[in-house]
Amino acid sequence: MIYLDNSATTKPDPSVLKSFDQVSSNFFANPSSIHQFGGETEQLLVRTRKQVAEILKVDKDEVVFTSGGTEGNNTAIKGIALEHQNRGKHIITSEIEHPSVLEACHGLEMLGFNITYLPVNQDGIISLQDLEHAIREDTILISIMHVNNEIGSIQPIKEVGNIAKQHPKLFLHVDDVQGLGKVPLTLRDSGIDLCSFSGHKINGLKGTGILYVNKHTKLFPLLHGGGQEQSLRSGTENIAGAVAMARALRLMKEREVQGIKKLYDLQKNLRNALLKITGVKMNTPETAAPHIVNFSMPGVKPEVIIHMLGEREIFISTKSACSSKQKDESMVLAACGFNGKRSASGFRVSMSYDTTAEEISHFIEALKKAIQQFKEVME
Amino acid sequence: MQYDHILIRYGEMALKGKNIKKFIVRLQENIQHKLKDFPDVKVKRTQGRMFVLLNGHEPEPIIEKCKQIFGIQSLSLAIKVENDLDEIKEAALYALKNNESAEKFKVAVRRINKDFPTDSQTMNQVLGSHLLANTKGYKVDVHNPDIAIKVEIRLEATYITSSVTQGLGGLPVGTSGKSLLLLSGGIDSPVAGYLAMKRGVKIEAIHFHSPPFTSERAKQKVLDLAKQLTKYGKEIKVHLVPFTKLQQAIFKEMPEGYAMTIMRRIMLRISERVCENESILSMTTGENLGQVASQTMESMHTINEVTNYPIIRPLITMDKQEIINLSEEIKTYDTSILPYEDCCTIFVPKSPKTRPRRDKVNQFESMADFTELINEAINGIEVIKVSDKQALDPFFEDLL
Repeated sequence: MIYLDNSATTKPDPSVLKSFDQVSSNFFANPSSIHQFGGETEQLLVRTRKQVAEILKVDKDEVVFTSGGTEGNNTAIKGIALEHQNRGKHIITSEIEHPSVLEACHGLEMLGFNITYLPVNQDGIISLQDLEHAIREDTILISIMHVNNEIGSIQPIKEVGNIAKQHPKLFLHVDDVQGLGKVPLTLRDSGIDLCSFSGHKINGLKGTGILYVNKHTKLFPLLHGGGQEQSLRSGTENIAGAVAMARALRLMKEREVQGIKKLYDLQKNLRNALLKITGVKMNTPETAAPHIVNFSMPGVKPEVIIHMLGEREIFISTKSACSSKQKDESMVLAACGFNGKRSASGFRVSMSYDTTAEEISHFIEALKKAIQQFKEVME
Repeated sequence: MQYDHILIRYGEMALKGKNIKKFIVRLQENIQHKLKDFPDVKVKRTQGRMFVLLNGHEPEPIIEKCKQIFGIQSLSLAIKVENDLDEIKEAALYALKNNESAEKFKVAVRRINKDFPTDSQTMNQVLGSHLLANTKGYKVDVHNPDIAIKVEIRLEATYITSSVTQGLGGLPVGTSGKSLLLLSGGIDSPVAGYLAMKRGVKIEAIHFHSPPFTSERAKQKVLDLAKQLTKYGKEIKVHLVPFTKLQQAIFKEMPEGYAMTIMRRIMLRISERVCENESILSMTTGENLGQVASQTMESMHTINEVTNYPIIRPLITMDKQEIINLSEEIKTYDTSILPYEDCCTIFVPKSPKTRPRRDKVNQFESMADFTELINEAINGIEVIKVSDKQALDPFFEDLL
C-alpha cells in the first residue's frame, strides 16, 4: 500500500497505540477521585500536560486537551464569540478555512454575528492590507489557519500576530492542524491567543487534540460540567488520549528537523515529475508547506483516477476529506481564482515523514498509466 | 557571521578577594551542569570573563537556562573575531542589523589590548561611520541609544555585543554551605528556599507528613516543589518524616492551645538531628512575622528555644503579596496552592496560643516523654533525591 493521504489522517505510530492501551488498562481511575489510584492518574495527567507545554513552549495551564481539530476550532471561535459578544460581534476569517471554522462562523451569523471572509490570491494567501482594513471597532476575533489543508499555502501568521498585537481588544485564533510538524510556529509572544492542534495528523490517534489558550484569554466553554481542563472543557479526562497525544507530539518533535527537510526534497521531486505530465496544472504554490502537492488535470475526472490508483493500492485524495461531501468544485481552488474546470479536477497528494522516494516514483508511474487508461476509454 | 558566544558577567562575586577563584570555578561548574543537554556547548574562563561557546546551538534556549543560574549578573550574545579592523567592522554591522527595532545606536569601544594600533576614541568614529555608511535609517545617539554596540578588544580576540539580558544575580549555589529547608507545601517555604539558594546555599529539604491524614498527593506536591527549586540548583535531598504518631500524641496529651507550639518545637528538634547527621549547619524556614499564630514574636521566641542552630528566615519581614509575587516568578505558586491537606492543616487547634510562653511550654513538655516517638520518626525517614535532570517517575516517561 502506498498511502499518500496524510493530510486527511495518518497511520498511528505503534508505540502511541501501545501507550494508549497501557494507560487505558492500567490508569483507568478518574483523576478527580481522591483515592490513591485517582491520585496516580492525576499525576500522569499532570506529567502529560507538562510534556506538551514544554514541547509547545507554553505554560502547562495553557494546554487544553480536546477531541481534535474540529473541537479546538469550535471551542476557540464560539468560546470567544459568546464570552466577548458584549464588546462586539464582528469576526474576521478567510475564505479557505477548514469547514470547522467556516461552519462555526456561519452558525454565529445565524446568532447575529457579522463575519468578514478575507479573500486569497492565486497562491492561496490572504493580504495583510485586507486584514488591517477589515479590523473594526467591534472586531473581537481573527481566525486564520496556518497551513491550508488542500493546497498547503502558508499564511503569514507572524505578521498577522503583529497586527493583532496592535489591537489588544481582539483575539487571534490560529488553526495549526496542518502546520504542526510541517511548518514550525512560535506561540509565545506571537500575538496568538488560541491555537488548535490535532493528534491524528501527526501519527497520533483520532479523538485527540490540543487547544492552546493563552493565560489572559477568557472563553465561554462549550461543555459545562465538572470543571476539568481549567473549566474550559468539562468531562472526565481522556487520559489515554492525552498521553497518546503527548507521545505523538514528542515523536514528531524528535523527527521534525530531518522530517521537514526530507519532505521538501520529496515535494520538489514530485512537483517536477508531475509538471512533466501533459495537462497537469500545479495548484500548490512554490512557497507552500512541504507535505502537500495539489494539482489539477482539467478534463480528467478525478474520481475515476482516484479509483484506478486505488485498485493498485495507492491512495491519494481529491480535495480535503472534510469537504468531499460538498459539490464537485473545490472551494479552496475556486477561492484562489482558478476556473471551474480546474477547481473541479483537483488532486491532493499529502506525505508524512515516513513517505519514501520509491513510493513517490511508483505513484508517478501509476498515475501516468491511469491517465493513459482514462484517455483510451474516453476517446 | 553570527553570534557564537554568550558573555557572562559576575555581579557581586567580582568584589571577592583572594577566594574569588572558588566562586568562579563553582559558577563554571554550575553553568556546565545546567547546559548538559547541549552537547557541543563549552564554558570557558578567560581573565575576568566567562564565555559560553555555542558551537552551533541556538542561543535562545541557552540564555533561558542561564537566567536560572545564581551568580550571573547579566549576559550578552557576543561575536568573537580576530583583532582585525575589517572583521570588527563586519561584526559590528551584523550586530546592528540583527536588531530589527532599533533606530538610534551608539558604538562603545574598549581597547584592553594596547597593542591594537587604533585607540578607542578613533575606533568609535571609524565604526560609527562604517555603520552609517552601510545601513539606512539609523541615527547615532550617544546619550539615549536604542542599541549600544559594544566592542571589546582583548589580548586574544575582539568581542562584539549589543543587548544585555539581566541574570538572577546572587552567589553560585554551593559556595555558602548547606541549609535544611523546612518545606511544608505552602506558598512561603519554597520561596524561602529559593532566596537562600540565591545567597549560594545548597538546600536539603525536610517535610513532615502524616499518612493517612495526609495523602500521597500532598507528598507528591512537596516533591514537585523541590523539583521546581532544583532548576536553581542541581539536586535536592528531601527527608520525609513520618509524623502521624507524634502528632496524635501531642494533640492527645498536651493542652490544646499549646499543641501547635509544641508540634513546631518537635519539628525543630527533629530537623536539628537531621542537620547533625547530614553535616548541615543551619535551617531555613518560610516564617513571616505576624502571618499566623506560630509566627508571632512570642511564638518564634518559644519555638526557637529548642535549637541554637542558625535559622535563616528570608521572608521574615516581607509582605504576603511580595512573597506571592516571588512564588509566581519562580513558578511554585500554582503547585503551592493545590488544596491537599498537609500536617499543619489537619491538626489545627480551635484557638492556638498566639503568645505562648517558654516556662509554660517547658512545664507541659515535662509531663510527657516524646523521645521514643521522636527516635522512631527519625528512624523512619524516607530520603528521596530530586534532581533537575532525572524524571520523578520513569514509568510515566516510558508512556509519554
